[in-house]
Amino acid sequence: MARTPAVHGWDTDFDVLDAGYIADPFRIWDELRKACPVAHSDRRGSTWLPTRYEDVVDLAHDVEHFSSLEVAVIPFDGEEPEDPVLLYGLPPISSDPPLHTSTRRLLLPWFSHRRVKGYEALTRELCATLIDGFKANGRADAAVDYAQQIPARVIAHILGVPPTLAGTFTGWVRDVLEFADDPERRAHGIEGLLTFFTEEVAHRRTEPGDDLLSELLHAEVDGAPVEESVVLGMAALVLIAGVDTTWSAIGSSLWHLATHSDDRARLVAEPSLMPTAIEELLRAYSPVTMARVVTGDVEFEGCPMKAGDRVLMNFPAANRDPEAFADPDQVVLDRALNRHVAFGSGIHRCAGSNLARMELRIALEEWLARIPEFYLSDDAEVTWAGGQVRGPRILPVVFP
Amino acid sequence: MDPEKCEGHARCYGLVPELFNVDDYGLSTVVGDGTVPVGLEAKARLAIANCPEYAIEEIAG
Repeated sequence: MARTPAVHGWDTDFDVLDAGYIADPFRIWDELRKACPVAHSDRRGSTWLPTRYEDVVDLAHDVEHFSSLEVAVIPFDGEEPEDPVLLYGLPPISSDPPLHTSTRRLLLPWFSHRRVKGYEALTRELCATLIDGFKANGRADAAVDYAQQIPARVIAHILGVPPTLAGTFTGWVRDVLEFADDPERRAHGIEGLLTFFTEEVAHRRTEPGDDLLSELLHAEVDGAPVEESVVLGMAALVLIAGVDTTWSAIGSSLWHLATHSDDRARLVAEPSLMPTAIEELLRAYSPVTMARVVTGDVEFEGCPMKAGDRVLMNFPAANRDPEAFADPDQVVLDRALNRHVAFGSGIHRCAGSNLARMELRIALEEWLARIPEFYLSDDAEVTWAGGQVRGPRILPVVFP
Repeated sequence: MDPEKCEGHARCYGLVPELFNVDDYGLSTVVGDGTVPVGLEAKARLAIANCPEYAIEEIAG
């Protein structure tokens, strides 16, 4: 990631790609909440950064003033293609009603509780196989060798494409999300995804299978087939939104357990804590920040927002707000009052939340069953990515 | 359960499947008429305290 110029005050010049922010955004949010809860920056176009739970939730619910037509935290800084394939971006995430409503309805059943249960055995086997591959070494990179390997393969299964493509998928998704400030890499990732899905779509028009792509191609909305541009956007979304995000949540959770032996030991001893523990880890280490674009000049919490400004949906900061959570920086595995918004709030609630939650749970269950005791091998080797999605990218751990 | 507020997080069903149903679009409803059986009060309150949309309410019987 490119080095960014030093920040001159987080209230007026914040930078979500600043190395210090990526490593530890928590203290910065604490300071902002007290002094200037909605910060501003002109670094990548006029952008606002709320830090309070209440503000983030209010913004997420006001879809009239805060549109989802642009959800990238880092605006695309390269040349737009003259003949764009994705006329509607990546619906439903990058759309407002009514396109949001119809595309979301097509997608949701694929990630329902019932369907997700059907992906559980495959996920468990995958996790077990991965661990068996490195357990005897006594060490592993919990991000690269484990967390990163899981979601791309599960998503490949849902899309009906070979799991051997998982590494390629991960590369494209990182280009789009993690290296978004590099226009060339971002364009490369998008092009890779689109070329791939355009070919897959052509193939499924003649030979439909039992998968999400085939169903989208043969679905109807109000009696008309779904435009190919919409299908491509939805397929790209499932991949982009389903890989980095979940992998980051798994990685952050393993980082927490590697650095907090009391929580690790407690979770091993009391597996019944898993459901609340998962929610708590999602709260404390929420990976995803989204964006909205202001539709018309509006004042929000005293801030004069202009049409076209970007507002970052800072769900991770909302989830650390002491007004909403007692001892927010403390991970409490059986926290009872926990209305966290790691998966967003309102009509854009993450469509894949059931899947993400299942993958996180199975990944931790299988890890703890096989490796109940583990530690960071060297704190200095750990690296984090941030911006749209925060999580560890290198996470070397040792286990006896 | 207020269906107007529910956005399908399914946190209630995930934590307390004994008391909630969820459909293929994520929308949750209470099991039966919503009466909480004796012994499940704490779990019912856990579901309420985990709903990000404030869609579940406790009604004293």
